[in-house]
Amino acid sequence: MKETKVYERPKSWKKDVHTHYCPGCGHGITHRILCEVIDELGIQEKTIGIAPVGCAALMYDYIDVDFCEAPHGRAPALATGLKRTRPDQIVFTYQGDGDLASIGTAEIVHLANRGEKVTTIFINNAIYGMTGGQMAPTTLIGQRATTCPEGRDPNLTGYPIRVCELLATLKTPAYIARVSVAQPKYIIEAKKAIKKAFEYQISGKGYSFVEVLSNCPTNWGMQPVKAFEWTVSAMMPYYPLGVFKDFDKEAE
Amino acid sequence: MARVLMKGTEAIAEAAIQAGCKYFFGYPITPQNEIPEYMSAKLPKIGGAYVQAESEVAAINMVMGGGATGTKVMTSSSSPGISLMSEGLSYIAGCEIPAVIVNVMRAGPGLGGILPAQGDYFQATKGGGNGDYRLLVLAPSTLQEAVDLTQLAFDLAFKYRNPVMILADGFMGQMMEAVEINEYKGQEFDVVPWALGNMEKRGKRTILKSLHLNPEDLEKHNFKLNEKYKRMQEEEVRYEEFHAEDAEVLIVAFGTTARIAKSAILNLRKEGKKVGMIRPITLFPFPYDAVKEKSDKAKHVLVIEMNMGQMLEDVKLAVGERAPISFFGHAGGIAHSVQEIEDKIREIL
Repeated sequence: MKETKVYERPKSWKKDVHTHYCPGCGHGITHRILCEVIDELGIQEKTIGIAPVGCAALMYDYIDVDFCEAPHGRAPALATGLKRTRPDQIVFTYQGDGDLASIGTAEIVHLANRGEKVTTIFINNAIYGMTGGQMAPTTLIGQRATTCPEGRDPNLTGYPIRVCELLATLKTPAYIARVSVAQPKYIIEAKKAIKKAFEYQISGKGYSFVEVLSNCPTNWGMQPVKAFEWTVSAMMPYYPLGVFKDFDKEAE
Repeated sequence: MARVLMKGTEAIAEAAIQAGCKYFFGYPITPQNEIPEYMSAKLPKIGGAYVQAESEVAAINMVMGGGATGTKVMTSSSSPGISLMSEGLSYIAGCEIPAVIVNVMRAGPGLGGILPAQGDYFQATKGGGNGDYRLLVLAPSTLQEAVDLTQLAFDLAFKYRNPVMILADGFMGQMMEAVEINEYKGQEFDVVPWALGNMEKRGKRTILKSLHLNPEDLEKHNFKLNEKYKRMQEEEVRYEEFHAEDAEVLIVAFGTTARIAKSAILNLRKEGKKVGMIRPITLFPFPYDAVKEKSDKAKHVLVIEMNMGQMLEDVKLAVGERAPISFFGHAGGIAHSVQEIEDKIREIL
């Protein structure tokens, strides 16, 4: 009988490593589909990733491409320097919500607005994971965090920032989409969006941005299954999935 | 190239271009705006890029990204802008990435004023950013020297894989002087072993990072960096002696202040007064040995700075008990006049 391999580790996933992520965390899934996209596009040897400050700071231990570490929030600026000096390389930033939507707000807005030909993967799990569960700019109203123990109060902290919608007000970006890794059907769509984002970079269309609604079972205080249910039931109504900007669609 | 009359900021920019710098990332701040302006006009025409960053915080990280690919990159700013870059400088040093940073110093603290000062000596030589790191700090005192040191800075940045700062003051940025700027080939450095974007050539990937969660690894990294800083102290100390051999009053001054002091020294020498100077050109590494040796023969050491006594601390370390030390400082954008330096020396004599 002829064997058909239907599942294997991505080539760009480092051999024999296990991630440090908590069980049920969405980072692992997102890393995996990122690797699959890198493999499918055949860009492993010319990809430069920028590791963030946060839970994914060690992502270079798992993904086998060139990496540079950025100060918290500054990955977009770093990406600019990398891509301007090496336009032949494929450059991506991978940032969490504290990194991208709080300390690095200026950098992400201007990266998008300059239309640098790079790609951003934005992990939104509505909390600071690495530092232990503090309120993030994307923490939902009423959601508890260690720095809003009674739940986020919009009178004190405003409403959660919808980054896709915010960036979509800019004329320059080529592709802005929000996806999720909460269930298999969403993961399939997430991979398509991430692939498209990289294709836009490769073809020189401009800046591409994919927000991934993820989870944080540990700091949300939930079992992994419950956590992904919460991503769907609580996050998705406030952060609707979809494509917010697409040069190709606009051109049609 | 023949000698041409140029403004200091533009001369620094042209010197960098002639040294092979094709990428500049910056943010406007007085008194250095002509550098980004000059770069924005020139670099796109030679196949490079000028990016106006959204802040100095972003500018220095763009420099980090550009340097990470082993490319000659540069930024310039002035004092409060350098404060914002301090985070990035610590990371660049920690990740061992070459970069050239020009600080055309203005008066502080805070927003201070836009006039010349030397109040960033501490910031440049002792830190600014967090952790154990050092910048190589070059302090020109004429525009020609600013040109030459800017070109040298790229060599040093790659030799040590470390950020190098040109510490100029507002006078040097804004005055005009005849300079000769030639194409500068510099040393050849093979960046493939460490720079990003060479995975195909190298056959395996590379990582540039300063994060070492294992304390043994991080200590090892610090020891390694420290070895490099020691090597700078052994190999890169630069200074000028000016009538220092028989000086009874030994002035220690840098930058424009040293240049003003030279006029005072020449005037007093005409009267037969034994006055001389050591002018540190590298502020880190500081010429401790030269200052120590010369102060041994001097009856008095006079430190002159456009600040409240910052390099003074290094001079004190070098001189110890060998000679009494006086300090003469101005701040806020006030420069020393030749006359008042002469008066101060007469007072000592």
